[in-house]
Amino acid sequence: MIDIPPYPPLDPSNYDLIVVGTGVSESVLAAAASSSGSSILHLDPNPFYGSHFASLSLPDLTSFLHSNSVSPPPSPSSPPLPPSNNHDFISVDLVNRSLYSSVEISSFESEILEEHSRRFNVDLAGPRVVFCADESINLMLKSGANNYVEFKSIDASFVGDSNGELRNVPDSRAAIFKDKSLTLLEKNQLMKFFKLVQSHLASSTENDDSTTVKISEEDMECPFVDFLSKMRLPPKIKSIILYAIAMLDYDQDNTETCRHLLKTKEGIDRLALYITSMGRFPNALGALIYPIYGQGELPQAFCRRAAVKGCIYVLRMPITALLLDKETGGYKGVRLASGQEIFSQKLILDPCVTVGLESLSSLTDQQNETLSVLVPKSMINKEKIARGVCVIRGSVKANVSNALVVYPPKSLFPEQLTAIRVLQLGSGLAVCPADMHVLYLSTLCDNDDQGIKALLSAMSNLISLPVPENRQSDSVVENDTSETKPILLWRALYVQELVKGEFGGTISSMPSPDGNLNYNEIVESAVKLYEKLMGSEELFKEETSPAENTTEEENDGGVEIED
Amino acid sequence: MHGRKREEDPNPEETAAKALELRSLQSQFMSNHHQKIYTKEAIQLSAKLLITNPEFYTAWNYRKLAFESRLDEDSDTSVVNSIIDEELGVVKNALERNIKSYGAWYHRKWVLSRKGHYYPSLENELQLLNDYQKQANQKQDDEKQDDPSRNFHAWNYRRFVVELTKTSKEDELQYTTDMISDISFTIYSAWHYRSVLVSSLVAKKADGFMPKETIRRELDYVHSAIFTLEEKQSGWFYYLWLLDQTVKMETPLRFSSWPSDGSIIILSGPDCFNASSSTTKLTTFCSESGSFPLILYFDQAVSGVSSSTVTIDSELKDLVWEPVSDKKNSQVDSCVWVARLKCDSREPCFSRKETKVKVSLGGIVSSMGCNLTAPYEFVFTLRIHDTLEGESSQQESIVSWTDDLDNWDDDALSNDLHSFIAFKADTGFEWRKKAIKIEIEHFRTLPDSKIGKLILARLLMAEETMIANGVHYKEILQLYNDLMALDSWHAQYYKDEHSVALIHKVTSRTESMSRHLFRYRSMNNIVCLRLNNLTLSRIAAVEKLLFVQMLDLSHNEFHSAEGLEAMQLLCCLNLSHNRIRSFSALNSLRHLKQLRVLDVSHNHICGELPVDTTRYLCSSPLSNSGETGREVPNKYQDAYLVLRDLMKLKQLDIRGNDLIFAGEEFSSFVRHVVPKLVWLDGHKHTS
Repeated sequence: MIDIPPYPPLDPSNYDLIVVGTGVSESVLAAAASSSGSSILHLDPNPFYGSHFASLSLPDLTSFLHSNSVSPPPSPSSPPLPPSNNHDFISVDLVNRSLYSSVEISSFESEILEEHSRRFNVDLAGPRVVFCADESINLMLKSGANNYVEFKSIDASFVGDSNGELRNVPDSRAAIFKDKSLTLLEKNQLMKFFKLVQSHLASSTENDDSTTVKISEEDMECPFVDFLSKMRLPPKIKSIILYAIAMLDYDQDNTETCRHLLKTKEGIDRLALYITSMGRFPNALGALIYPIYGQGELPQAFCRRAAVKGCIYVLRMPITALLLDKETGGYKGVRLASGQEIFSQKLILDPCVTVGLESLSSLTDQQNETLSVLVPKSMINKEKIARGVCVIRGSVKANVSNALVVYPPKSLFPEQLTAIRVLQLGSGLAVCPADMHVLYLSTLCDNDDQGIKALLSAMSNLISLPVPENRQSDSVVENDTSETKPILLWRALYVQELVKGEFGGTISSMPSPDGNLNYNEIVESAVKLYEKLMGSEELFKEETSPAENTTEEENDGGVEIED
Repeated sequence: MHGRKREEDPNPEETAAKALELRSLQSQFMSNHHQKIYTKEAIQLSAKLLITNPEFYTAWNYRKLAFESRLDEDSDTSVVNSIIDEELGVVKNALERNIKSYGAWYHRKWVLSRKGHYYPSLENELQLLNDYQKQANQKQDDEKQDDPSRNFHAWNYRRFVVELTKTSKEDELQYTTDMISDISFTIYSAWHYRSVLVSSLVAKKADGFMPKETIRRELDYVHSAIFTLEEKQSGWFYYLWLLDQTVKMETPLRFSSWPSDGSIIILSGPDCFNASSSTTKLTTFCSESGSFPLILYFDQAVSGVSSSTVTIDSELKDLVWEPVSDKKNSQVDSCVWVARLKCDSREPCFSRKETKVKVSLGGIVSSMGCNLTAPYEFVFTLRIHDTLEGESSQQESIVSWTDDLDNWDDDALSNDLHSFIAFKADTGFEWRKKAIKIEIEHFRTLPDSKIGKLILARLLMAEETMIANGVHYKEILQLYNDLMALDSWHAQYYKDEHSVALIHKVTSRTESMSRHLFRYRSMNNIVCLRLNNLTLSRIAAVEKLLFVQMLDLSHNEFHSAEGLEAMQLLCCLNLSHNRIRSFSALNSLRHLKQLRVLDVSHNHICGELPVDTTRYLCSSPLSNSGETGREVPNKYQDAYLVLRDLMKLKQLDIRGNDLIFAGEEFSSFVRHVVPKLVWLDGHKHTS
């Protein structure tokens, strides 16, 4: 453990809002609230910005995952203090909840990696990209946070199968035209379907043209997968639309295992997001972009916006206890690790912060109600997400550096219940050294084994996994055939719990990184919380001043996002 | 312009100031131009003017004059090149202002095409154009903006530069592939350029460009475009061009004739229709004055049919060939050519009862450049009936069309019929049949598309003309019926195509054809082809109907007699109960010299001078008065132009029309124009 130099006491010690954790949702909220004039203290126990959305070097990532996985080390500093009564407050001790389990990190070429270890910016919550038209981009433009981040486009997206083949996702008319694997009829059907969606969207936004084709209300309420069948789309195309464009997770054809059967309405919304993303920014080739230096740049950009508006930032500063009013049981403030007590109207907490069970038992009902969002809920059918990070030499597809690969349910093995998404990023995005790529994998799962198994299957499909020493001699021939596959240098596998955020009046909690490919839901939850906290106050009312939107000259294919 | 909204000028003062500046520039320039001042300053002034307004054509002309005068002064190569560079620079700047400026593009071309100079940086032009076209096209996805991909100026200029630099056609073909694949597959110009390149590569038989594989490759390539976005026309244009090539490339010119090869023609006297002594055969022809027509029908328009290209071996005299067309000389392009054979008994060959005539064709090339297929010759036998020399008498009885018709029951005549409608298959060119077959399979998978149905119908027709097994007609007719319901805007077109298919179906087999053949008892059992009540709107397959002398097309939907002119033997024609609207729609009947009976009753002929746009295409309306020759009341003009040539017409029925001038005056006009007329509107003329 690094010795933290003692902090000078914070001044002032009273705020409208204390935010703990610098993940995307916390940062968006801090930026929005500071922009509307609230005084905010934004804390993070870690020495970096981003919390669970951070981009880290390989050693930092390793230690973060280990320290946040099952059985956290008991707080070394102090024996749990009994609720102190020497003030007007009761203090309730907080503990860290671990989000990660089954963490397994292996390095296969330690020397090379150590040499370059600081040149990696590896995402904790990968794979995750930004759709050019998604809510996070809109919010960045609105807040002016876009001035602090630069994006590059994801060059290609593919659908993978168990034979190791990667086929282009035909997502635009040019892509459909060029595609060699679709039959002529499939091209025709797919394009017709896209046009139907476009015409539906046009008619719902302009609503003046009666000639445009609209999807009927009845169809909008039925399952999307049934609607696609009704449109006579063949299974191959259905699967492309469902999993590689609408980015669904669960097998829509299997009603038993499908936790989320998408309605046509939602499906159309997802397609609309994809379609409007294409061509929104001149330099973006497709629908997807990614921030240079990793996704950790996004929360940081919002934090910088917040700081400009007077939000106070303190990193490496955990909170150790909550302070409640002795009489009413209401929330008053927090005790920092430095020992200082800070007061605020409201408090927003990172999903990892929770109250120890033994502390809870001694509380009154009123106090319990104040802390309601922190009480761990026992959930049936807990949904988790398995994530994997691989550092590889070579690329999964020749001549393509930044690419998304989707394995639809059942595409790799019959028991595969959910889609597996793989994102490959290259040195052009400043996330790894040249000639290497970082591969992110994720899939939703019910338990750790199931998730890890699916990820390993996708990995072995894309890259040649190192063979244990004793078996190497047998598999020389095998190695020859898979020579073109990239080689694995480093790997991390972990399973992350999916925790939802909760509004609890004075104390609210934020969600953990979700299972989606983009930030839409995370940003939406932050916006919703903002509205609950601030009432109807408009988000980033007067932020975009033209002076801040200065266009820079072309910088090597970077995507400049602007209004 | 082009439906775009004019935007409100955000800054009227600034615009006014600009206009003022432009006007002063213009007046300075004009004074320079008038005084022929070609100093450096003056030339720079014109450049400044052009960059502000590239559409000022006078300024481009001025620069051309200045350019020439400067070149006269100095012929040093480096100076010349720098002057050229300067001109190109001005054009480039002007194009940045308006990439579709005619004057600017033309000026660039003019500068580079000056004789005697080879501009060393010409190679750069192509590179410049590459970057320029690709860059311009990338913006094309925004449909609301002026679409730079539709810039045919740049494509034209490209062809010009390619010519100058002798860039290989193969490289240019690759360029169009890149443009189509990477930029947009809906660029008309790219597809068009591709068609030019492909046809030229195929024509010179370049390596890897044999017709068979080239067409297959291109068809497969364009499929992606038309199946992906079936409503974008650019791909279809290219596809239709390819189909045309598939059907036409290396296809020989075909012809049919009357008399047909191997047939025996019975030449009978003028009264053979009235006589009851002998049974008329399909090949009996009634001749007045002992002559009969020799008809050649080509499937493409040809010119130059004359006694030197068509030779006859018998002792007959050289023939005079005339096209069935308004103009009568051998240079006219026409599908039908007629010569009259005169059987003069004083000639030794006609003293015999039977004569064999051999006709050979050579050196006839169609306007499309196709050569005649083998056999280049045909032989027929002429059998002359005794009554040939008989006196011609007035035909007294009226042809009723309804009574006296007997079903066709004569199997013996089927052989004759077969020789008329037999299919003459092309040998070889199997690749073409295969190509069409593959296309049919593809388009059967496009079930809901209008254009897909139309193309499928056309492909099926094309296959029918190649293999003629008659299996597709049912499907073709159904497709056109579907199309009529689907696309009422073009219903008439589909109806016409439906008629064509139906007639082809009827004429495809002896059995189906004979169901429509009858004998007309009161005219010596003359053979009558009845295609009535079939919703026909257009005649087709005339190459198989050259023998028809009596034709019933009543109760159909004909709006014009176009196409009937090829049936030169027609003597009785029933067009009653159709949709003919004017006399001028009957214009092609003028060429039917044998016509004796014409029924156009119960149509919509109104007699008003119609707004007939085709007439203005050919000649001015004033020229009609010259053609008339003698005094004809203006209101009968159209009727006169049709009737005056029908010299043999004996029976005319024009009742039940919307004539505005029916009555005695019109009747006497008709009798005046057609002196041989006996029956008018069912009444016998008694003089």
